[in-house]
Amino acid sequence: MPGLPGDRIFAVLKSDSDAINPPPGTFPYTRGIHATMYQGRLWTMRQFSGFSTPEETNARYRYLLAQGQNGLSVAFDLPTLMGLDSDDPLSEGEVGKCGAPVSSLEDMETLFAGIPLGDVSVSMTINSPAAVIWAMYLVAAEKQGAEPSRLSGTLQNDILKEYIAQKEFLYPPRPSMRLVTDTIEYATRNTPRFNPISISGYHIREAGSTAAQELAFTLRDGLEYADWAIERGLGIDEFAPRFSFFFNAHNDFFEEIAKFRAARGLWALLVRERYDAKDERSLKLRFHTQTAGCSLSWQQPYNNVVRTAVQAMAAVLGGTQSLHTNSLDEALALPSEAAATLALRTQQVIAFETGVAAVPDPFGGSHYVERLTDELEAQARDYIAKIDAMGGMIPAIEQSYPQLEIAQASYAFQKKVESGESVVVGVNRFQNQIDKAEMPLETLRIGEEAGRAQVAKLASLRARRDGAAVAKCLEDLKEAARGKVNLMGPLTNAVRLYATLGEVCFALREVFGAWTERPVI
Amino acid sequence: MKPPIRVLVAKPGLDGHDRGARVIARALRDAGMEVIYTGLRQTPEMIVNAALQEDVRVIGLSILSGAHNAIVPKVLELLREKEMSDVKVVVGGIIPDEDARELERQGVVKVFQPGAPLESIVKIIAACA
Repeated sequence: MPGLPGDRIFAVLKSDSDAINPPPGTFPYTRGIHATMYQGRLWTMRQFSGFSTPEETNARYRYLLAQGQNGLSVAFDLPTLMGLDSDDPLSEGEVGKCGAPVSSLEDMETLFAGIPLGDVSVSMTINSPAAVIWAMYLVAAEKQGAEPSRLSGTLQNDILKEYIAQKEFLYPPRPSMRLVTDTIEYATRNTPRFNPISISGYHIREAGSTAAQELAFTLRDGLEYADWAIERGLGIDEFAPRFSFFFNAHNDFFEEIAKFRAARGLWALLVRERYDAKDERSLKLRFHTQTAGCSLSWQQPYNNVVRTAVQAMAAVLGGTQSLHTNSLDEALALPSEAAATLALRTQQVIAFETGVAAVPDPFGGSHYVERLTDELEAQARDYIAKIDAMGGMIPAIEQSYPQLEIAQASYAFQKKVESGESVVVGVNRFQNQIDKAEMPLETLRIGEEAGRAQVAKLASLRARRDGAAVAKCLEDLKEAARGKVNLMGPLTNAVRLYATLGEVCFALREVFGAWTERPVI
Repeated sequence: MKPPIRVLVAKPGLDGHDRGARVIARALRDAGMEVIYTGLRQTPEMIVNAALQEDVRVIGLSILSGAHNAIVPKVLELLREKEMSDVKVVVGGIIPDEDARELERQGVVKVFQPGAPLESIVKIIAACA
């Protein structure tokens, strides 16, 4: 490990703290899922990116890989996240603004042109249409000649937190859960190194939840997915080792470290209690972390570099497996290349210069952190018991329970900012502007050209492909959706023939129906 | 006593990030206004129809996706078409300075950028209604 002599590491590992919780690498893994943690391998530095067109995003990916990033993380634009093609009337003004547009297999192939999918792990932030996008990814990989058994990466595919927090839903909860379960079953049988789901607290926190709510709702979502997979006939030890999690790293430094510890400990206990898992990999909670986007300020944006560094430090001290650090300009726009590079450098400084990665769980045994860990675990258990009593997460969502808990927490937070009780540097205190000329900030601006280019490409694709074959496979898909078969087969058939994302999602909507939320304040 | 100000809080476009819209809706309600929240993914037509039916004085649009230049002018145009120009429009979200000035030039009363205090949002809405 850089910066620390071996005897110092040894001394820390032999300290009294081992008496308080079992040492890292042992059940219930509160102190870490590996005995040595980052001494064996650092976390994956995985910066989320995507914008404008598949072509421009592909160029950014190649740049990031050349800068030393070791995994890719795809941001899709809003139309894609909502299952709409770039040429849909509802997509007007939104194409390429928040991520890369992918309307067809052709776009997916462009996105990864020259990037070997058998070697690079790819995380995809996609939820409602996750099964369709993953089908495109699988076919794109196959066309590159990559074996399914070599593919590694993560599909976010967490629909429950969409109803709870991020609100990018298409279908009602139950058919959506069927699609998620289809992907879990398919991954279990075909892509052993791919995580079919990333159970996400990140968006719950961004929507304004407390740390305890983030922890509780995320783990309860995880149990819901496990229940559905078991109902499908899978064994807990077949699929649970491929469950991955995704948490927020917010400002409250010690609370965040405690949250990551509590998440590991509580998940291991819950999975053992409820499902009698035998494989220890089923009990080990692996997670990705992103620093808190909602903590970034539009005023004095350079302050965001400091916030992000401290949050990233909490994630590392909390034992994250991979990390995204936000760019300083993200309260204003999608990150510029310079800002994205600085964010990656922030992780590299933490990894290679500070020595914080030298020992697993350095706060183990700290009275304060141990107590915070216990408190968060207890609060999360209370929430989980409440949701169990409602009949599980789906009835809870239908009653708007987690949604209203979060709305209340976010309003309470905002009122504290308003009153000055919570300080946001540069926003409600120390507001004097730093001279913009001395610290200029070039932000990325996505014009309407991306949308026009996508519309033209889709028109050409629709003219070239075998229209009758596409229509037939969409009918087959609907027929399959009415029954009980795993839909990954029909989905790969459809996208292989260049059925578009919008066509496939619309076909499924005809069978599943659409979901709209009760607009409660 | 004057009747309470009626405000429509609307969330147009594809993005589902409703934290801001909900916080504003609660703050306006706590300030004594009558708030109607449209829910997500409303088209400009749906928003203007809701404003007409609910007889509101003010429409607040929350947009974080970058699609404001496509959406806001459409709402303003529909209000003119339906002779509802007395209904005031405010916008909140991630809107770059130059876009904010342009939208205000086109008739938006005020564009609230990130970090705008709730108190000033309430005041400006109360003053324009």
